[in-house]
Amino acid sequence: MIEEKFDAIVVGAGMSGNAAALAMAQRGMKVLQLERGEYAGSKNVQGAILYADMLETLIPDFRDDAPLERHLVEQRFWIMDDRSHLGVHYRSEDFNEERPNRYTIIRAQFDKWFSSKVREAGATVLCETTVTELARDAHGKVIGVRTDRRDGEIHADVVVLAEGVNGLLGTRARLRERPKPDKVALAVKEMHFLPRETIEAHFNLKGDEGVVVEAAGTISSGMTGMGFIYANKECISIGIGCIVADFQRTGETPYGLLDRFKRHPSVAPLIEGSEVKEYSAHLIPEGGYKAIPQLYGDGWVVVGDAAQLNNAIHREGSNLAMTSGRIAAEAIVQVKSRSHPMTAANLSVYKKMLDDSFVIKDLKKHKDMPMLMHTNSQNFFLTYPQLVSRAMQNYVRVDGTPKAEKEKVTLKSFVNARSWTGLFGDAFRLARAWR
Amino acid sequence: MNVETSVRVEDKLFYNRYLVDVGRPHIKVRAHTQPSPQLLALLKVCPARCYELNDKGQVEVTVDGCIECGTCRVIGEPTGDIEWSYPRGGYGVLFKFG
Repeated sequence: MIEEKFDAIVVGAGMSGNAAALAMAQRGMKVLQLERGEYAGSKNVQGAILYADMLETLIPDFRDDAPLERHLVEQRFWIMDDRSHLGVHYRSEDFNEERPNRYTIIRAQFDKWFSSKVREAGATVLCETTVTELARDAHGKVIGVRTDRRDGEIHADVVVLAEGVNGLLGTRARLRERPKPDKVALAVKEMHFLPRETIEAHFNLKGDEGVVVEAAGTISSGMTGMGFIYANKECISIGIGCIVADFQRTGETPYGLLDRFKRHPSVAPLIEGSEVKEYSAHLIPEGGYKAIPQLYGDGWVVVGDAAQLNNAIHREGSNLAMTSGRIAAEAIVQVKSRSHPMTAANLSVYKKMLDDSFVIKDLKKHKDMPMLMHTNSQNFFLTYPQLVSRAMQNYVRVDGTPKAEKEKVTLKSFVNARSWTGLFGDAFRLARAWR
Repeated sequence: MNVETSVRVEDKLFYNRYLVDVGRPHIKVRAHTQPSPQLLALLKVCPARCYELNDKGQVEVTVDGCIECGTCRVIGEPTGDIEWSYPRGGYGVLFKFG
């Protein structure tokens, strides 16, 4: 048993856990961080995009030594059917700036670096240690943790649960429910290696410029889901994710979907000749605002993916994780600085601060989107992409048919597939959920 | 469907690094004679294809190639079909890139 008592124990060394541990250690708190992986990052999977703003708040000069891949200068959205894609691409020279806004990163490498900053700030980081249980006193207050390493308990005033989407501790202790199959997506990803110059040629990039492709349509076979392609320096992250309940319903396999995505005529040339070096999978919280559990209690707070803090519509997660970790740390420091106990009432300041941040505001804005996308997945991910593709082909193919007739055909195809009521209803529901 | 059967998941897992905790699987399937719909779903949804039918038609799990996504937990734990824990500290998949 570790005799010494800590101000705080952080469970997990992902984005939220590292942010929380760092922010508390920077403010002089005695912090113990526990991570089950061989090193911080060895269990962590993400696309991955890093949002500079949220990291700058914690480590202003992170660009000096963080392992960053490429800064993003271009965003491509694709609507796909089996043989085509319709793209909306936004590229701007403005993104070639001194302090770029978004970068691609490789999580195992990035998290290792992030963790080194946590150690430098004075926290004790213990890897290869799985926390098995929360320790509670007779009144149910969380007073520490039990691990698979040592007998007995490690005590702290407060435990920060940064245990990720699959957080076992919180659900075992009945602090929150296990994520439901219709509220999480399963994403699979491969890392495809190619020479730097080849990647730059395939994606029209120079130097450290990067690009993100996000794709939806028939690639998800009618399920709610998305494909993604991120350009790193010497490799390409390519993956696809769909809601778990949809996989369950359809009997599709995740690797089958990924394989089809990779073979798509719009995708195959981008990764041609590459060598695959890793295959990974991860769950993504998709329930949005309505899936957020109780965020604090006597002696504990929950942050990041474990708290389902993920913006599925904007595909932002790591920044919400980092920000919730930092805000939880600030709340804890505030309670401690007043020499108040870490009770639920005192820790409720964490939720107040989070409510005032972009984290909860953004999730609230899109609170109806997850359900809309899920209940209409056939329309949004299968029917419309096919209609749009046919419409575009009809528009660009020159074959002597008068334009008026072509437009009539296109309109008719939409009305036949969805009916006028359906079309207006979809537009209305989408607009309302987005607002 | 032809495409799916041609995907060799074992080859994909071969890219990954693992430290297998021999004799201590972190996932267990509850003994059964007839698999539940949830257990049968795992045969397809598990991205590492850890779940297989044995010749008696029961679902079995081999966790050596598990990439610890937790999908089977979300599907199979509520019904009691499986027991799911994290591997002991340091064991399991070790992502180089993640």
